[in-house]
Amino acid sequence: MDRFLFLTVDGLTHGAVYSAFALALVLIWRGTRIVNFAQGVLAVATSYLAYTVTGRSGSYWLGFLAALLAGLVLGAVVERLVMHRVAGAPPLNAVIVALGLVLVVQGVLGMIYGNQYLPFPAPFDRSAMTVGGVPLVSRFDLFVFGTVVLLMIVLALLFTRTAIGLRMRAAAFAPSVARLLGVRVGRMLTLGWALAALVGALAGMLVIPTGLGLHPTAMDTVFVSAFTAVVVGGLDSPAGAVVGGMLVGLVLSYVAGYLGAGTAPLAVLALLVVVLLVRPAGLFSGPQARRV
Amino acid sequence: MTGWLHSCRRTSVPTLARHLIGVAVAAVALLGLTYVLDPFHDYQLATAAAYLCAAAGLTVLIGQNGQLSLGHGALMAVGAYTLAMVQNQFGDHGVIAQWTVVVSLAAGVVTATLAGTVIGLAAARLRGPYLAGLTLVVAIALPAVTTVFSGVFHGDQGMSVFLPPVPDQLGVDFPMERWQAWLAVAAALLTLLALANLVRGRFGRSMRAIRDNEVAASVAGIPVARVQVVAFVVSAACAGLGGGMFAVLAQSVSPDAFTLTLSLNLLLAVVVGGSGSLAGAVWGSLLLVLLRYWADQLTGGLALSAGLRTRLAGNLPLAVFGLLLIVVMMAAPGGVQGLLSRAGRWVGGRLIRRPSHRAEVPAPDAEPPAPVVSHS
Repeated sequence: MDRFLFLTVDGLTHGAVYSAFALALVLIWRGTRIVNFAQGVLAVATSYLAYTVTGRSGSYWLGFLAALLAGLVLGAVVERLVMHRVAGAPPLNAVIVALGLVLVVQGVLGMIYGNQYLPFPAPFDRSAMTVGGVPLVSRFDLFVFGTVVLLMIVLALLFTRTAIGLRMRAAAFAPSVARLLGVRVGRMLTLGWALAALVGALAGMLVIPTGLGLHPTAMDTVFVSAFTAVVVGGLDSPAGAVVGGMLVGLVLSYVAGYLGAGTAPLAVLALLVVVLLVRPAGLFSGPQARRV
Repeated sequence: MTGWLHSCRRTSVPTLARHLIGVAVAAVALLGLTYVLDPFHDYQLATAAAYLCAAAGLTVLIGQNGQLSLGHGALMAVGAYTLAMVQNQFGDHGVIAQWTVVVSLAAGVVTATLAGTVIGLAAARLRGPYLAGLTLVVAIALPAVTTVFSGVFHGDQGMSVFLPPVPDQLGVDFPMERWQAWLAVAAALLTLLALANLVRGRFGRSMRAIRDNEVAASVAGIPVARVQVVAFVVSAACAGLGGGMFAVLAQSVSPDAFTLTLSLNLLLAVVVGGSGSLAGAVWGSLLLVLLRYWADQLTGGLALSAGLRTRLAGNLPLAVFGLLLIVVMMAAPGGVQGLLSRAGRWVGGRLIRRPSHRAEVPAPDAEPPAPVVSHS
């Protein structure tokens, strides 16, 4: 029972990160109908920057801040320089360009930092505190939960309560009408990418200290889990992404805990195949018609 | 060679005969080439040919059928591990003959076909980013199989592959690399021959019809799902053959040879050569090998510290590949083959039109480029 509780908390912690990462994917999908396959490497790049800044300055939080800012800038730059140019092309082109970005970023990071795993510090104690005699939750877990919940509240407020959020939703939902009404659609899309990359950078900072270590391919498995979360929840649904992320986190934690850590990637594959075959549009979608 | 094939197309030589002639000419030329090259370059030729087996299958799937698969590196692993295990069984039982390689390559193709059928059945219901995502997960998850069942697959360290030595008839000092190049080139040419015929026939038309408009294709009576699955299975079989050749060349298999990066390299070969074009797959596969070689030459020629050199070794080609993928996709989505055929049309147009003194020569650029990666 103790083990089950431990695995549940661990699964929810990882699930919270997958939710955040999945939200970043949903943000870009709603705005541009692109699944950002480069989301993972962008988060790795910002984490490496945080590693350098923390190493030079000795302050974790300075590195944290640098990662978030770098995410914002990197997202905007990628959209402006690259993704913007394939927006009108067939959808596969955007996927291929994003995969090209994956290779570029991994190659450049490998050239600068080398291909060994770098230790990444956690800002809080990762050993579990005991609640009623049972080791349950660590300070770092609480930090992760707190950050993700805060992030979701901020995003929800941004999109429902502010003018800029309304403009972003309009630009994503009906670009031509929004343009007629004076919304700078292109700028909103850039902002969406910047925001998504910031969320991804945050997720990277939360997940890499949990035993992953820093490596150019460190986020590959996280991306895969988040993609599965998005498919579980439906690519169009932010709430679905959050629930999907938690679900994937729990499933992976139980599978890895009871069947061995090596089986986790296979569990992701199995989960994805089942969801795609049973409800390809996600668990939270209404009936859909295929566009001709 | 392609230009010559094009001119043949206008005459009445049957398709199969034309392809057979092309393959025979290429075989003779490459056979001669292996004698000219030193063992190191023979090995590079063999590597390019092994890439070509997989890239040719993938270019048909992506360019002609519009299904983007990132899982072909994993399918190559299936072929490679099968070859390794069958070949080692032969070795353990003391069966040392050249035909064993053919048998185990065939076994690799069969298992990759089976794996491809499973993925293809799931994939036939998926479109665009969903299919890319599923196959991406396959590429990342499948290497985990080797650690979960490390009793069979020997985990991260992989296993060595038993190979029969070079046939005695070829002489004592016949280099192993040249023999490997022969095997790989033979596999690649057979793959090209089979795919070229498939693409030119009824099945090829069905694939392209589905790529261009799925609804119209199904209204016209094309069994969309079946064609999608068969296209995936065919390209999986090619990947299995390529993977098996990889194992023959390296004489070992390990999971780190079949990561997501391999799948992305195959994608690069397809896109840079020209998606959907078999000739393009040839250019792309050569480029994969040459770029890595040039990058090594470059870093070897510069005075660098040992640490920097090891960091550059694998990563510089990776970054260049990625950059190339982005630039080609934005600037020349038709790839090398697209540019070549445009240049060919331009030159051809000049040669034919100049004597007739026509006032208006249609601008070669006005011709719409062939769709590269289709709307899905």
